[in-house]
Amino acid sequence: MQHFYFDHNATTPVAPEVLRDLTATLVEVCGNASSIHHYGQAAKQRLENARREVAARIGCDAKELVFTSGGTESDNLAIFGVARRAGKAAKHVVTSAIEHPAVLNACSQLERDGTEVVYLPVDSEGVVRIEDVKRALRPGTALVTIMHANNETGAIQPIREIAALAHSCGAAFHSDGVQTGGRVPVNVKELGVDLFSISGHKFGAPKGMGALYVRKGLALEAVIVGGHHERDRRAGTENVPGAAAFGKAAAIAFDWSDIAPLRNRLEEGILRRVSGCIVNGGGAKRLPNTTNIRFDGIEGEAIVIALDLRGYAVSSGSACSSGASEPSHVLLAMGLTPPEARSSVRFSLGPGNTVEEVDGLIEAVAASVAHLRRISPEVARA
Amino acid sequence: MNDLIAVAMSGGVDSSTVAALLHREGRNIAGLTMQLWNQRRLPELGDQPVTGRCCSLDDVYDARYVAEHVGIPYYVVNLEDQFEEHVVKPFVAEYLAGRTPVPCTNCNTFIKFDRFLALADSVGAGSIATGHYARVRKNEANSRWEMRTAVDLGKDQTYFLWGLTQEQLARTMFPLGEMTKAEVRALAAEFNLPTAGKPESYEICFVPNGNYAQFLDAYLRDKGVEREETEGALVDTAGNEVGRHAGAHHFTVGQRKGIGIAAHEPLYVISTDPKTQKVTVGSNDELLRTTLVARDINWVSWSGLEAPANVSVRIRNRHVPSPATITPLSEARAEVRFHEPQRAVTPGQAAVFYSGELLVGGGWIE
Repeated sequence: MQHFYFDHNATTPVAPEVLRDLTATLVEVCGNASSIHHYGQAAKQRLENARREVAARIGCDAKELVFTSGGTESDNLAIFGVARRAGKAAKHVVTSAIEHPAVLNACSQLERDGTEVVYLPVDSEGVVRIEDVKRALRPGTALVTIMHANNETGAIQPIREIAALAHSCGAAFHSDGVQTGGRVPVNVKELGVDLFSISGHKFGAPKGMGALYVRKGLALEAVIVGGHHERDRRAGTENVPGAAAFGKAAAIAFDWSDIAPLRNRLEEGILRRVSGCIVNGGGAKRLPNTTNIRFDGIEGEAIVIALDLRGYAVSSGSACSSGASEPSHVLLAMGLTPPEARSSVRFSLGPGNTVEEVDGLIEAVAASVAHLRRISPEVARA
Repeated sequence: MNDLIAVAMSGGVDSSTVAALLHREGRNIAGLTMQLWNQRRLPELGDQPVTGRCCSLDDVYDARYVAEHVGIPYYVVNLEDQFEEHVVKPFVAEYLAGRTPVPCTNCNTFIKFDRFLALADSVGAGSIATGHYARVRKNEANSRWEMRTAVDLGKDQTYFLWGLTQEQLARTMFPLGEMTKAEVRALAAEFNLPTAGKPESYEICFVPNGNYAQFLDAYLRDKGVEREETEGALVDTAGNEVGRHAGAHHFTVGQRKGIGIAAHEPLYVISTDPKTQKVTVGSNDELLRTTLVARDINWVSWSGLEAPANVSVRIRNRHVPSPATITPLSEARAEVRFHEPQRAVTPGQAAVFYSGELLVGGGWIE
């Protein structure tokens, strides 16, 4: 059976040019980027070239970019780094209910250590309200962390406004930009953020490479300590081949805004063919590749499995440790009931998807939903 | 896609072998693991080993490894809510009502077959296969699906399968029913399955170390239910108080250990009453009963009972079926009169009727 990939918000395939740079660096560069000699210098050059390319992609200076192992580590470094630097002053942190677990669980760890954390609600479209941010902020707020675009619904958050508000009361502002960095035009200076997390594998680099933008002048305590790598902000021998691949992916990054027509075709096709379905967060400004659709009375998990057996990869909820799905905390925060959240499916497109694939997916969704509704008596009654 | 078979994979050697066996036969199969209970849910029980019990991460790891080894699609599905609703809550309620429940029967009826068949439907599978030790065959003469004990009587699981309906049996395969455990292990080794050497698990999957009372306390605390401090009298069969105890739910009929009073002959729990918190103890002979009433009977190989019939009745999993006469009281209720008195007839357990190797039907002991 042929398989088609519609789960790009989970991860993306490695681009061929990226693979070439990755293997070439593995073969050609054997030095440790911290070494003084020729080998070390060659490694360092590749590393810094890559850093400049990634920095250029998000509009910052290379000196402001810390390489990490991925989005989760970037989020952890931003949150713990600011909180620990603030020490006892970090009594108050503001985040939202729809953040990625990398942010939510870092915040709950701060809570255990005595920091007060405010989890802002979102509106029914999955967007943080400015008024709520204003109400939550206070003079002692050390950090505000709100994601740029949500991974499940694609809803883009008003982070420029929130960053300005945070600054007005002296708080640092971090944004988890894992779903936007390298995919849609991002300029951290224009956004006014102090910290911005990105992840390579969301746009064609291999897993295991991420970065954190740290605005020049912002003090940050390292989380991983050891040698003097990454200007003392992240210890550990640098992954030079990974960085080179990350840099290449950033250099050739494609503006995913061009995918919007295909996403719209999918969304409209499903809404036209399948009754009793609705787009979650469809009223928000969204990522161009994402649509999250609720199918009344059907388990999203069942649709995911049924579609997989037809060759289409999509996702529902978030995976728990065993790999089973749990109702999405994002959809619950938007006011969906647990059964509604459970009946939702995320489709996330990428640069490789074609019109033919989208049309095939629409047919497969229509057939799967029709089958599931036929065998589910509760739905027949509803 | 109707030839697709959904295999319930627990990560144990039995279901692993089923998957490998059906795959070798060229069947179109998909492996599914039901995530039923989060072992980390009750952290106060957390320092106890969780391997070999249902739904531990290690078991999911093993099931996934086997599916990859065999080369079949594999999914984990979350049925935690349904499991809690249909298995854990009734288990707790029964226990608090002074009965000794058999959660595995409810789990089989409501989860492993009812929900799993629905799951099979949803992925387009016409039938399911599990690693249970039992035999199912259609009697062409009367078109009824019959269940027989497994060839390996030491592994026979029919005591937990009496709740299956004809519709469920029609779509269910038990490929191990004709095999001995030794043959299954040999097959697993032949298939080079990662789980070939895995030890058996015997406990109730969500109760660590078989300590029901401790599980109950932890579960109720998790639910925010403050248990009343219970205590009550231990009485002999004449009604004389012979001691005190810390809650009737710590006792089950037939129990000998943990009664905590000295006597000339070994003492056993004869009955418990959660309302009065009275626990009656007595000698082994006082545990003997000749009759019981079974309710909510499900007829399996027989379609029902019109007149008294002689069968063998099993009242616990490891109990050897004992000759008895069953007399219908209503369609789903019957009196069981044993030809020899039986020890520790326990309300809440199942009474399962056999005619030779044929599982006739079963019900709950009132």
